[in-house]
Amino acid sequence: MGEIKTAGELNKKYLREGMWPTIFCNGCGNGVVLEYTFWALEELGLDMDKVAFASGIGCSSRLPGYINADGLHTTHGRAIAFATGLKAANPDLTVIIFTGDGDCAGIGGNHFIHAARRNIDMTVIMINNFIYGMTGGQLAPTTPIGGIATTAPYGNIEHPFDLCVVAKALGASYVARWTVSHPYQPIKSIKEGIQKKGFSYIEFLAPCPTAYGRRNKLGDIQRLWEWYDKNTILIEDYERIMKYGDEKEKERAKKMIQIGVFQDVEKPEFFTEYQKLVERLQGNTITKTSSVKSKKMVVKK
Amino acid sequence: MILINEDWCKGCQICITRCPVDALEESDKLNRRGVRPPKLKENNRCNFCRLCELLCPDLAITVIPDEETKEKPKKTLRPPIVSVRSIGRNIK
Repeated sequence: MGEIKTAGELNKKYLREGMWPTIFCNGCGNGVVLEYTFWALEELGLDMDKVAFASGIGCSSRLPGYINADGLHTTHGRAIAFATGLKAANPDLTVIIFTGDGDCAGIGGNHFIHAARRNIDMTVIMINNFIYGMTGGQLAPTTPIGGIATTAPYGNIEHPFDLCVVAKALGASYVARWTVSHPYQPIKSIKEGIQKKGFSYIEFLAPCPTAYGRRNKLGDIQRLWEWYDKNTILIEDYERIMKYGDEKEKERAKKMIQIGVFQDVEKPEFFTEYQKLVERLQGNTITKTSSVKSKKMVVKK
Repeated sequence: MILINEDWCKGCQICITRCPVDALEESDKLNRRGVRPPKLKENNRCNFCRLCELLCPDLAITVIPDEETKEKPKKTLRPPIVSVRSIGRNIK
């Protein structure tokens, strides 16, 4: 099969068509993220036998079931923990994780923090719809202040969790956030994230018309998708406004959600460092009888 | 040409409202789910930008460009901007 140019050929290659159509509600953004991932994988030309997917529980975590590749559908919040094991067993695998905001920020928050801290080579695609969609619209850690959920019927008073800032502070190699309504930047971001040797975190702001949009009076599907266009601002634009803008513009920009690539750095990856450690210590075992002094010399090398 | 997998369509109409040249509309017949999938208008200015294909949440649309019948896609619909400096140069 030659180079894929149309979506029909792409679907035949990557989609488990027996599982289709999806269980997602009308107007949900999860399917769009799936398609962006397909295009990114296609443009990279990866062997799908060397790619493994992992996911937890939730709407977004059903995505590996639709992909014609090996996938791991794990317990709630533990997708990153399972993926770490996957990577430890076979470091040659490209591991991609689909997770939701409740899955990644709420229940699996600690796994996320420590995977980012260790800089394990994996790509986390987090689909943020501001709510626990599958279980009926409970309050998620990412729900904005004033947002209405079934467990917050009079408006949310908790401060939302900004996982991009957390990942950036923990020194993840690649951190980006996009909305689903802009196609080309996310595809490029997923590509860069997969290529990156280290922890890459890509967050998608995906509309949830059923559980979030309807309850928060954000209108029908079209108006909800427009809400995401109007209430997001590119990080470059935001910084420019903060530098040169007047008070009114600054006030407006502060209320918006920043999108863009937040961090793109090179950093030693956990399992390559681990391999180096193993090699160093195995080198030591040969000269087991040597003194402490010579061991220190080996360490210095 | 636009191929639509009609049974996959859930009728969100994102393709119709987001089309930059307004080339899609609802079709007359219902699909298996009881919604009206999109179709190309009779007189359309579709330039195969593939935005509907990329934005479809159910991966139901495939765009196949046919180059012979259509004009090439334009980058922008706005007229080119002539800078003030170049006008001044012409007057001199």
